[in-house]
Amino acid sequence: MPFEEKVTWVSAVVSVFVSAVYFSVVGGQLDSGPVSEIAYQRWMLIAVVATIAMTIVGSIMAGIGTGISAEITGKGSVDDIGLKDERDEHINRRGERVGYYVASVGALGVLALAMLRFDQFWIANALYLTFVVGGLVSSAVKLVAYRRGF
Amino acid sequence: MVKPTRVSNSIRSLRFAAGEMTQAELADRVHVTRQTIIAIEQGRYSPSLEMAFQIANVFGVPLHDVFHYPEEES
Repeated sequence: MPFEEKVTWVSAVVSVFVSAVYFSVVGGQLDSGPVSEIAYQRWMLIAVVATIAMTIVGSIMAGIGTGISAEITGKGSVDDIGLKDERDEHINRRGERVGYYVASVGALGVLALAMLRFDQFWIANALYLTFVVGGLVSSAVKLVAYRRGF
Repeated sequence: MVKPTRVSNSIRSLRFAAGEMTQAELADRVHVTRQTIIAIEQGRYSPSLEMAFQIANVFGVPLHDVFHYPEEES
C-alpha cells in the first residue's frame, strides 16, 4: 500500500472517530434544554484540534510501521515513507475536487440555515458536518481510486 | 471489473526480457512507488506521457513497444 494511501486511511478513520464522539457528546445534550444554551463551542474546538493532532500522530505511526514492515518482510523500503509520485498527485487532486463539490453543496445548506435565522448552534454544527462529510467523501474517492484505478 | 483505461502495455514482458527486472527496480529507475508500477502493469493507471517515455527509456525501446492503444473502429 502506498504511503499516501495509508495517510488517507488515517485521515478517514480519525475523522469518523472524532466526529462520532463529538456528535454523540453534543447531540446527547439536545434534550437538556434550548439549543442556544448548549455549550458546543469547547467540544467543537477540541474535535478540530484532536482531528489535526491525531492525523499527524497517525501519519507518523504509519511511517514507522512502513519502516518496520520493510525491515521485517523485506518488502518495500524506508524510502517509501513520504514518497509521493504523479499517481498520488492525480488521485489526491481528484479526491480533493469531489470533496470540494460536496462541501460547497453543504455550505449552501448552511447559508440557507443562516438566512432562515436558525440558531447559531445549528449553523455552526451544520458547517462542521459539511467539513467532515466533504473530507470523508474526498478520502473515499481517493481510496477507491487507489484500489480500482482510474 | 471494467478496466479504467484502454491503454495496455508490455511492461511485464519487457521486465522479464531485461534480466527479470523487478517492479521495485523499475520503480526506482523512474522515481515512482512500486504500487504505481503495479497499477500501470495491471491497467489501473495510465501514466503521464513523461513517465511513459521514462519507462520506455529504461528498456531502451520506443514508446509504442511499451504502451498500446486500440484503434478506433470507423
